[in-house]
Amino acid sequence: MKFIDEYRDADAARRYVQAIAKLVTREWTLMEVCGGQTHAIVRYGIDELLPKPIALIHGPGCPVCVTPVELIDKAVAIASRPGVIFASYGDMLRVPGSQRDLLSAKASGADVRIVYSPLDAVKIAEESPDTEVVFFAVGFETTAPANALAVLQAQRRGLRNFSTLVAHVLLPPALEALLQSPRRTVQGFLAAGHVCTVMGYNEYHSIARRYGVPIVVTGFEPVDILQGVYMCVKQLEEGRAEVENQYARSVRPEGNRPAQEAMRRVFRVTDRRWRGIGKIPRSGLALAEEFAFFDAETRFDVAGVEAEESAECISGLILQGIKKPHECPAFGARCTPETPLGATMVSGEGACAAYYRYRPRPVRR
Amino acid sequence: MSKEPLDFSASCPIPIQRHLRVLLAHGGGGRLMRQLIEQVFAPAFRSGPAEPLHDGVVLEFAGPSSRLAFTTDSYVVKPLFFPGGDIGQLAVFGTVNDLAMCGARPLWLSAGFILEEGLPMETLWRVAQSMRAAGQAASVRIVTGDTKVVDRGKGDGLYINTAGIGVAAEGARIGPLEVRAGDAILLNGDIGRHGMAVLAARDEIHLESHIESDCAPLADAVLRLLEERIEVHCLRDCTRGGLATALVEIANDCGLRMDIEESAVPVEEETRGICELLGFDPLYVANEGRFVAFVAAQDAERALGILRAHAQGAGACRIGAVATEGSGMVILKSRIGAGRILEMLSGEQLPRIC
Repeated sequence: MKFIDEYRDADAARRYVQAIAKLVTREWTLMEVCGGQTHAIVRYGIDELLPKPIALIHGPGCPVCVTPVELIDKAVAIASRPGVIFASYGDMLRVPGSQRDLLSAKASGADVRIVYSPLDAVKIAEESPDTEVVFFAVGFETTAPANALAVLQAQRRGLRNFSTLVAHVLLPPALEALLQSPRRTVQGFLAAGHVCTVMGYNEYHSIARRYGVPIVVTGFEPVDILQGVYMCVKQLEEGRAEVENQYARSVRPEGNRPAQEAMRRVFRVTDRRWRGIGKIPRSGLALAEEFAFFDAETRFDVAGVEAEESAECISGLILQGIKKPHECPAFGARCTPETPLGATMVSGEGACAAYYRYRPRPVRR
Repeated sequence: MSKEPLDFSASCPIPIQRHLRVLLAHGGGGRLMRQLIEQVFAPAFRSGPAEPLHDGVVLEFAGPSSRLAFTTDSYVVKPLFFPGGDIGQLAVFGTVNDLAMCGARPLWLSAGFILEEGLPMETLWRVAQSMRAAGQAASVRIVTGDTKVVDRGKGDGLYINTAGIGVAAEGARIGPLEVRAGDAILLNGDIGRHGMAVLAARDEIHLESHIESDCAPLADAVLRLLEERIEVHCLRDCTRGGLATALVEIANDCGLRMDIEESAVPVEEETRGICELLGFDPLYVANEGRFVAFVAAQDAERALGILRAHAQGAGACRIGAVATEGSGMVILKSRIGAGRILEMLSGEQLPRIC
């Protein structure tokens, strides 16, 4: 399949592994930012192919994982109301709130529906005028434009029964928070290709400069990731800290302007709590004043819901790359995809889920 | 890999004209129910002259084997009709295939219907006709059955349960405990089509796709292997949970390690495309016409030849082998050369966010 097979090619992968080995003279710690990259790395065993001195740590780029627990509780509370259809992307359904997840709310009678696009939720609202339809707007800059379009469409069609529970997060502030942390170990970033497809990478230049870290915008296939590692290590070895684009087949420096425009119209930047990490200033999106009518938190009066995270779950450390899933005492024991303590164990992009699925036990050959 | 189309369109038109939809009374045991049986089910499933309806059926068989295989399965699918098949065909082939995986020749099926009040009679008729055609294709007879009707809103139109009886091939010992180190692991074709065809046929996902379900009867291909004296140790159809789950189950049961080459597992371009789009792993997607066969290494090439000459095995291939050391796990060697452990999934695959 074009655009897939050439990036999963064993020979190309081997050539990059060899080139990296030739380049490296000392230990380097790189972080792949996006959960999609983490899964590819663990699935294809890329970290095991890399020369020893290079450590890959897994970053915070799993939208499901960083959605704070109180937002899941709010989602469950809204979904459980009679006369509500709660529409969500599939992988939010198993994420544990402090008491329940959306799947168990569904089992108890809530009308929770998986949608593949936020516009499907708008369509449901149009078709069920007597029912409140709430869309769970989760994700990074990648999904925000489509969710913004859904709100714009609902407004244009005068839908008074549509609202959205917004949990959007922004990546660059999270990267800065990681770089400012006293526990910082990361020396270079593989930035998330899909986020940059929307946002471009102009705003990364100042981060690279101020913190002296190379940032390579990277794709999601094995050869993409190996090339990203190669470019990042090359910068480190040469003492450079620049922004480079490995994923040029998808990413332009300026990004997708119409998508950014839709986001800017519908959302405003706000402080947001990240699950396991805490509050990061200006790291989230909320509905702009003009669209406050569509805010499900106000409409269903759940703004006050607060919740504690499991004290046993170390997903915060995992999302910051400080620990690996294997290093958690609960991993695979108290915490499994069937009985998750945190979102990283159930999300399609969560690091713990990737380890559990692809590396539940060490492979002895 | 063409499949004989199950053509019932030219045959009999729906005989019940008075009630266009299923009523609660059609399951009530009275006149309407009798009408339903006499006018829809009996003509579809009867193979000989009309006999009086009775509570059960007495069956006779003669042959060298005294071992019977017996299985049951319930069929729930949305939508009821999808590219490449429908619930009726699934209900016949699914149970036939479970018998085949025991190394048995399927002979008889029962069919239990749970109908939702309001189901268009024409839908039921089409399903019954499809089951008739599927039964003929798989050389089984539907010999007994049952009908219940539930209130509107309490069912997805129609559920079917079928149970099946088959005669186990003489001398064949087939099951996970028969798997031996060194066995070749064969697969009869590309994977992932059924699950993706059904998903793409649902209204909620707007995908234009040409994927057809692989729904097919497997007994004939399996019996061909046994007739040709292939040393078959274990068979498993790759239905719910897909190829990966079938392999993991067998590895857990037999306690041996299996090495699978990811690049040897065929997945059609369009199936791969939809899987990539939704974040699904085709290894875990349901099939309805695919099975793995564990055969003695020395018989592997011959077995592949037999399968490839059969309509249900044109795409047959060797995907791996049972290792001589290591215990109860499946190792998938990825395209770029690193290995990972295959595990069962927790729950269904859910489409990802981005």
